[in-house]
This record gives sequence, C-alpha cells and structure tokens, in this order.
Amino acid sequence: MHSVVCIKQVPDSAQIRVHPVTNTIMRQGVPTIINPYDLYAVEEALRVKDKVGGKVTVISMGPPMAEQALRKALSFGADRAILVTDRAFAGSDTLATSYVLASAIAKVAAEEPVDIVFCGKQTIDGDTAQVGPGIARRLDIQQLTYVAKLERLDLDKREIAVQRRAEGGVQVLSTKLPCMITMLEGSNEIRFATMDDMFRAARANVEVWGADTSGVEDKTQCGLKGSPTVVKKVFAPKPREEKAEMIESRDKAPAEIAASTIEVLAAADPALAAEFGPRPPAGA
Amino acid sequence: MAEHFDAIVVGAGPAGSAAAYTMAKAGLSVLQLERGEYPGAKNVQGAILYADAVADLIPDFREEAPLERHIIEQRMWMLDDRSHIASHFRSENFNEEEPNRYTIIRTQFDKWFSSKVREAGALLICETTVTDLMKDEKGRVVGVRTDREGGEITADVVILAEGVNALVASKAGFAPTPNPENFALGVKEMHFLPQDVIEQRFNIGEDEGVVIEAIGTVTQGMLGTGFIYTNKESLAVGLGCMVSDFAHSGITPYDLLENFKQHPSVKPLLAGSEVKEYSAHMIPEGGYKAMPKVFGDGWMIAGDTGQFVNSLHREGSNMALTTGKVAGETVAALKREGKPMTEANLARYRQTLNDSYVIKDLKKYRELPGILHRNKQFVTTYPQLMSKAMESWFRVDGIDKRTKEKSILKSFLSARSFTGLIGDAIKVARAIR
Ligand SMILES: Cc1cc2nc3c(=O)[nH]c(=O)nc-3n(C[C@H](O)[C@H](O)[C@H](O)COP(=O)(O)OP(=O)(O)OC[C@H]3O[C@@H](n4cnc5c(N)ncnc54)[C@H](O)[C@@H]3O)c2cc1C
Repeated sequence: MHSVVCIKQVPDSAQIRVHPVTNTIMRQGVPTIINPYDLYAVEEALRVKDKVGGKVTVISMGPPMAEQALRKALSFGADRAILVTDRAFAGSDTLATSYVLASAIAKVAAEEPVDIVFCGKQTIDGDTAQVGPGIARRLDIQQLTYVAKLERLDLDKREIAVQRRAEGGVQVLSTKLPCMITMLEGSNEIRFATMDDMFRAARANVEVWGADTSGVEDKTQCGLKGSPTVVKKVFAPKPREEKAEMIESRDKAPAEIAASTIEVLAAADPALAAEFGPRPPAGA
Repeated sequence: MAEHFDAIVVGAGPAGSAAAYTMAKAGLSVLQLERGEYPGAKNVQGAILYADAVADLIPDFREEAPLERHIIEQRMWMLDDRSHIASHFRSENFNEEEPNRYTIIRTQFDKWFSSKVREAGALLICETTVTDLMKDEKGRVVGVRTDREGGEITADVVILAEGVNALVASKAGFAPTPNPENFALGVKEMHFLPQDVIEQRFNIGEDEGVVIEAIGTVTQGMLGTGFIYTNKESLAVGLGCMVSDFAHSGITPYDLLENFKQHPSVKPLLAGSEVKEYSAHMIPEGGYKAMPKVFGDGWMIAGDTGQFVNSLHREGSNMALTTGKVAGETVAALKREGKPMTEANLARYRQTLNDSYVIKDLKKYRELPGILHRNKQFVTTYPQLMSKAMESWFRVDGIDKRTKEKSILKSFLSARSFTGLIGDAIKVARAIR
C-alpha cells in the first residue's frame, strides 16, 4: 500500500498582519504551518499504513522553506518527503500546480506504484479546492472529494469505500484503486509524534526536485506561463453600514448590564420577547 | 533506539542556543530540545540586545542578524500622574561602525540564532517539552525525559536553559520553589506605526533608535518600571512589576499597562498606532542572593533559570548568552581533556563566571532587590515630590524664588523627614554602590 500526500505550507492565518499603511499582507515574520486541511490527509494516510502496512510519501510544491513542512510530515511518521521547487514554478495557479504535482506523482509512481493520493479539502490561503481534483484528472484516476471517513479498504479486490459529505447528507461511495481522496476537516486528529520519529525527521534528507527532475514534460504548463488565472485586484471588503448599538457598561453591576441588554434585544425583536414572557424590571 | 549525546540543552532561548552553539562548534554531539513550535515562539523581551555578548559568539552577526535599530538615545523618565522629569543622553558616538545596543524582535532574532546553532551541527528538536531529568542511583544526572513516546534520551551532561519558569530545575531540586518577591511580571504590547512617523516622533534617523525607561506613579506603588523601545515599524511598550506586588495590590497587569499608555507623556507617542501583539512573561529579579547553585553532577544551569539578570540595567539576554557560552566552553574543555562531567569538574563554570561581568555585577547589586522591596517611596513619593518641585520652579507666578525653595524643601521634609531623606540617600548609595 503506497500513499502519496500532497501538502502545502501556508502562512498561519491566525498570525497574519496587514500593513497599517499599505494594507498589504505582511508575510515577514509570520510563522508558517502545514495547511490545516492537509493534516487530515497526512493522518489518514498514516492510519491506512498503520492498518495495512506500506509506505507514505509526502510531496509539496513550494519555495525552499516548504522543506520545514515536509520535515514536520516526516515527524508524524511519513517515510519519504519530496520538495518540488523551482523558480519556473513560481506564480502557478491551480491549473499549473496540479500539473506539476501530477507530474511529480507520476514520477514517484513509476518507481513505486501509488494506490491513493491524499489531499486536504482545500488550502486556507487559496480556498479553491481545485488542486486535488486537478491531480486526479491529470493522472486519470477516480476522485473522492470531501471525504469524512474511510469505511472499507479491500486490497485483494483493490477497492475502497468512503463516506463523502454532500449537501444535505452523507454519500457512501466506493471505487477502484488507485484513487485521489480529499479529506474533510474533523475527519481525524493528527497524532503526536514519537521521539524516534522526531529524531528521524530532524535528521532526514528531504529530496529536492527541480523543473528538470520532477517529471515535468511541458514547462509552458508551469508557473506564470501555465497559469491562465489572473488576480485582478485584492481588496478588503468595506465594512457594512449597519451600526452596532452600544450598551454602556461602565460602573454597572453585571445584573444591570444583563437587564439592559435584554431590554435592547426585546425592543429589537418583540416576538422573541413575547415568547420569553414577562421579565423582571431592569436593575432588579 | 536509545539515543545518547555528549550534551543535551533544554531550551532554545539565548542561553540554550549559546551553549549549544559553543559545544557544536567544538565538535560535540549536541541535542537541543525546545518546547515551542520554533525557537523564539515562546520568548518575550523588551527587547534591547547588547552586541558585545553576541559578537563574542558570532563576531560578524551584524551582517545577517535581524536587528531593528541601534540605540543612540536613552531617556530616563520619572513620572507622576500628569508630568515627567527626564534625563536624556544622546550621542553621535553611538552612531559607530559597530553599535553597542540594538532593539530586536525576539521571535526573529531567536530563529536566526538557532539557524546558526544548527549550521554549527547541533540537532534541534522543537515542540518537545522536557518533563524531567533522568538520574542514576547516585543522583547524577544522566539524561532527560520528554513528553513524547520513547522520550528518554541520555547525555554526559544536561544544560538547563529553560528560562525563568524553571519547572525542570525545580522538579529536580536544583532551583528553589519560586518566591514571588524574586520575580517581576512584564507585560508588553507591540504598537505598529509607519517608519517615518516613528522617526519624526522620536527625532531619529533611519536605523537609529531610542530607549525610554520610566519609573514613578505609573506602577501605582508597586516596584517596577515602564518602557518604550523603538523598532523599525513598531514601538514596544511595556511595564514590569514584582509578582509579589501584583499579588498584594490586586492590580491587573493589563490595567496597569492601559494606564501607562494613557499617561499624557506616553499617549502622543503612541497616537494612531495599531496594537498587534500582547505578551506577558516573568523576569527573575532576585539578583545575587536568589541565585541557585548552577552546576552539579552531570548538569549546569544557564540564563534566566539561574537568575542571571541585572534588573537595574535591564540586562538579561546578554547574561543568558554569556552564561550559556561559558557553560558550553566548560563542557567542551572537559571533553577535550577527557574528564568526566562531575560536580568537581563542572565547578570551573562557576569560577569562570565569578571572574566575568556576570557575577561581578550581580554581586555589586546584591542588596538592591531587598532595599527596593522595603522602600517603595522611590517609585511613589519621590516622583511626586520631584514633579511638584519642578512645576513650582518653572511656573512664573509672582512668588519669589526663595519662598519657592523653602516650600519645596518643606514638602520633602514633611513627606520623608530629614532623617528619612538622609536614610534614603544612604540606601540608594548602598544599593548601587
Ligand atoms: C518584558 C521583558 C523585557 C525584557 N527586556 C530585556 C531587555 O531589554 N534586554 C535584555 O537583555 N533582557 C531583557 N529581558 C530579559 C530577557 O528576556 C531574558 O533574560 C532572556 O530571554 C533569558 O534567556 P534564556 O535563554 O535564559 O531564557 P528564555 O529566553 O526564556 O528561553 C528559554 C527557552 O526554553 C524553553 N523551555 C522552557 N522550558 C522547557 C522545557 N521543559 N523543555 C523544552 N524547552 C523549554 C522555552 O520555550 C524558551 O524558548 C526582558 C524580559 C521581559 C519579560
């Protein structure tokens, strides 16, 4: 059983600063993390390995510093890590990214057949959810998106069944291997690495593949050249005009504040107030 | 797979990284364990960095380390609620080829420093907390336990550089249970402003920086100081007071900082800024008398864990760097000589420190913490008296100068009495002699 997990290093959105003057995102000094959705993919691949044995390879396309993310994936228990990095890949949109990643996975598969490609549902910095399906399409394998649970894995029949979260319900889908799966948030919880794995990751060599070594055949399909998507404008949406109502709380007892808050809510929604019945007078 | 190293360093702050760097450079196998996500993730400092201690380790650090501004001006403020009396020292001599003090942002600096440690060959493992020391039947330290499965790792020597909150050292019985009188709690905010606004407001050029240290009624009777440091595009604004004083007064650090920011002398400096970060951290301020024993069979203590902070001069990071370096050098020398890491051999660490500025300075101010604890008038009465005196002196209002002098003197005498004034002068002299 060989799984490949695609991960992306992203800025920790909880710690991003917007430059007060230019309104641009300040990336300097912002810690980076593994895209949180990808952690579910890593964990699921490791669980499959725990259950049926085999190997987990992690791949990331990104700048050289994405090596940290791969090393971290190794510490969780992945066996092999490949960083696909080249100036030629810079500026790739989802079309170009899925082309590069699919090329690299094809190269991995040529050495060692791949059974499942795991991806996160989407990234927190792009939010497109297009790269996983793009990879599946290019590798011409089945795709199972928004997967909440792996139900069954039958290696003899080479069949997998999953629960897929769909609008209004859960679908149980099964397909033949190899396939591509994108994992949903909350589907599992990333493990706490063992000391041995921490040592292994700290000492491991992360393989680095460039444009000439990552299996990419057509360089015009990578980077800016291969990216038809154009970002025309980035802007912060205007705050809505509606005004908040301020309830003065200074020098007031908690009960008083609560009572005046209820007054205000009741005034705004008489139906709700009626449902709650009579209230004690404010200040009581 | 049991791992063994020449040395294990607990913590990747300045003390731990200085120790790991020194030993790795000397060719030892070094494991450094840090509980934060990355070095610097958990560390708080004002932060003034003293170049000398860094250059001692990495002479050309100025070329690559992330530094904010070099300090050309020091302002000492004495505040009452509405005024401040200040002494400023500014010198073109501080615009030298190799400046002496810099503001830094610790998360960035620690990360950079740690990259040097790894280049030197030490193995760094983050997100791993040392929970305990491993000892043999004779009580000698032989390794550490971590919070991870299979987390027992052995080494010839363990250097504890876990910072002020010395949980591992306390658990092992090497550091006493913390006494609130020996620790300050510092709170700090980062206020972002455009670079040119900072430079105009503080009357400085590009890369030049200002330090403001403030004492007075802003600490509301508690022993402590406030500070404002200029970074490139931000101001670090903070306050630190003794933990015991916070406990007695019931004042919350956050409220205290809010008040400091509202002070009429502070507010205009921060106007229009955007607050992006709030942090709190302890500072060991017990000085020489609170220092634990810093070495034993198979272990040494460096940095804040050993109370190596000169609170009067706000020197902590440099002492951390120096103690870490000396600890590392001690281990490297013993290795070279083929000697074991026994208490008797590691005593060399303390001897070397005795001859350095670290112990000399801590000794010099050994009475300071005690005297200040017992004499809060230095942060309450005096700033108020001085402000009143200054105000009356500068106000032109038809009252003759002799009368003003007399009433100023009277205000001092009635607040502190003649013997009180003399006594205070002696106390100050004793504390900083
Ligand atoms: C508000 C404030 C302002 C200050 N201003 C200045 C200043 O301007 N100039 C100055 O020189 N000094 C200043 N100091 C003091 C200075 O920050 C410290 O003296 C210095 O950081 C001490 O370095 P250290 O390496 O001993 O500890 P730390 O920097 O605290 O590093 C300890 C490291 O150990 C890690 N650790 C702790 N426990 C464990 C464990 N069990 N397992 C693994 N890792 C662990 C921590 O995560 C941390 O990274 C200031 C301090 C504060 C709080």
